[in-house]
Amino acid sequence: MIKIFQILIFLFIGFGSIQIWAKTITVCSSCSVKTIQQGINQAEEGDTVRVKKGIYKEVDITIDKGIILLGENLPTIDGEDRGEIIKIVADNVTVDGFKIINVGTSYTSDYAAVRVIKRNGFLIQNLELEKLFFGIYLEKSNNGKVLNNKINGDAVNEYNSGNGIQLWYCKDVEVRGNNVQNVRDGIYLEFSDNIIISRNISRNNLRYGLHFMFSNHDVYEYNIFENNGAGVAVMFSKFIEMNHNIFKKNWGTAAFGLLLKEINDAKMTNNVFQENTIGINIEGSNRIEYKNNDFISNGWAIKVRGACYTNILTENNFLYNSFDISYNSNLNDNKFDNNYWSNYTGYDLNKNGIGDVPYRPVKLFSYIVNRTPETIILLRSLFIDIIDFSEKVSPVFTPDDLVDESPKMKPIKHDRR
Amino acid sequence: MLKILKYSFYDLMRSRWSYVYFLFYLLLGVVLLFLNNDLSKAVITLMNVIIILVPLIGTIFGVMYYYNSREFTELLLAQPVKRSSIFLGQYFGVATSLSMSLVIGLGMPFVFYGIFNSNAIWDFSLLLVTGAFLTFIFTALAFVIALSNENKIKGFGYAILLWLFMAVIYDGIFLMSLLYFEDYPLDKFSLVATMLNPVDLSRVLILLKLDISALLGYTGAVFQKFFGTSFGLVLSSALLALWVLVPTFFIWRIAKRKDF
Repeated sequence: MIKIFQILIFLFIGFGSIQIWAKTITVCSSCSVKTIQQGINQAEEGDTVRVKKGIYKEVDITIDKGIILLGENLPTIDGEDRGEIIKIVADNVTVDGFKIINVGTSYTSDYAAVRVIKRNGFLIQNLELEKLFFGIYLEKSNNGKVLNNKINGDAVNEYNSGNGIQLWYCKDVEVRGNNVQNVRDGIYLEFSDNIIISRNISRNNLRYGLHFMFSNHDVYEYNIFENNGAGVAVMFSKFIEMNHNIFKKNWGTAAFGLLLKEINDAKMTNNVFQENTIGINIEGSNRIEYKNNDFISNGWAIKVRGACYTNILTENNFLYNSFDISYNSNLNDNKFDNNYWSNYTGYDLNKNGIGDVPYRPVKLFSYIVNRTPETIILLRSLFIDIIDFSEKVSPVFTPDDLVDESPKMKPIKHDRR
Repeated sequence: MLKILKYSFYDLMRSRWSYVYFLFYLLLGVVLLFLNNDLSKAVITLMNVIIILVPLIGTIFGVMYYYNSREFTELLLAQPVKRSSIFLGQYFGVATSLSMSLVIGLGMPFVFYGIFNSNAIWDFSLLLVTGAFLTFIFTALAFVIALSNENKIKGFGYAILLWLFMAVIYDGIFLMSLLYFEDYPLDKFSLVATMLNPVDLSRVLILLKLDISALLGYTGAVFQKFFGTSFGLVLSSALLALWVLVPTFFIWRIAKRKDF
């Protein structure tokens, strides 16, 4: 009993002392502490450094203890293109509410607006980054959050621009509510596991809206990827979940909504692919479940490049795509079932909502184009319509077993957002 | 010649068929715009219609007009009028009235819809220009066929065959040769093969101007590079013009020698 009491007292005093000792240091142009770095130097573990509105021309601000760096009314940190701006090298650091501009561009090192190096428990939120090279760069850091940041770059060329949010060898990080535009890759992950990317908007980026490689067990949900140079590319990863995302308007000769390369055991549900040259480009990806997705007005809804096995596509809507599926081999181990195809012309005599005639999603023309790409120049020629029609009536060339045995008669209503 | 052109033109303007043709395009334009409210999509659908229907109607109408006005032509031939001017006058009369029906019929709904304030204006004008070119080309070809065939049935048969060849069979042969020679670089070949057929040329010219050109991928890029330059544009217009001039020359030559 006494022991417990002692512990309680100890705990009370312990907590109390932190409460008492955690002090606030205010930084402003007329205060005694004039630069953010000075404020940080004076602070101790657990303190808050409060930065008032103003412009602070500083680079290489190093946060080496677990403090809260708080901006009041969005103070601006101007790096004057001299290099990296904030560097976090301590655990449990919070950076909140700054506008950071003019990160230096370099061809030899990746200068970032905020960089976290090998640390735990960081929280980076409500930042506005402009004129940047790299935005938020997390390296070998775990258990952190990156929330509600606005990143607006001015990238023109791929070779001298950086990524908005980059995670490299990170684990258990949450990236939520960020708005990234006009950088090279909006969100970039490499060797990062158990990451949650949700409710971000990534648009108008030079290369990819989202780009990840070798990152397993990650969840991507409720994001919007719009009008990116090449869409979204995900490669060499396992156990990915992508739900409720919107991939939209990635239009161009080398653009796609989503590029899947060597992705295994993934799950894609309730996504919308709208007005992309290629909705999903699949290459060497196995055991992926596609369910309740909408493919609307794409050039190709799904382009299967080969070495894709045991993929299941059920209850998706394919609406007004120039080509629904393109397939480059006769071998088919993928299953199409219960989808709605706007090009379906069958009938439903017993009125059970399922067409009585199976639907063949691969048109002869898309098969031909896959074999000889130059033939695409005959797109929308009358002859092509005629052979497509005759192939539909009696299939000769297209894979026999590539059919949707029970196509839906009406578009499926999916749960969106 | 101008007098006969004027006569043919007014004659056709008064005829029922021109009105039907005009109303058809008017209706098509209105329906398309009302149905999908999207100018560039309407342009795509129109393109499908134009590259198939315009040549067909041009050929059929040309042949029909020639055979129908045969008696009048014979009457004219008895007058002191130059032969070439009679037939060329008739040809230009038919072709002009057909293209006018096309341009005005399609143009009106789009103008009222506000094409001038839209950036689809260039696509649309290209569409109309190629449509007019196709009318001139196929009417001329129809006149050549009609002039060289006394037999109406034969004439119609050849005319339909011509249309079928240009619109369908040519593409079939094109496709077959692409597939057959797939191991070789085919960019140049497909470029040339496209340029040689006015229907294909018009189709590709319009496609390249639309968003849908992104679907053409690498091949499209090659085409874009060629047609995007002023040289490509001049060359393709020259080819279309050549397709008008050569049959017109044949009309002139056959008409000069023809025995009635």
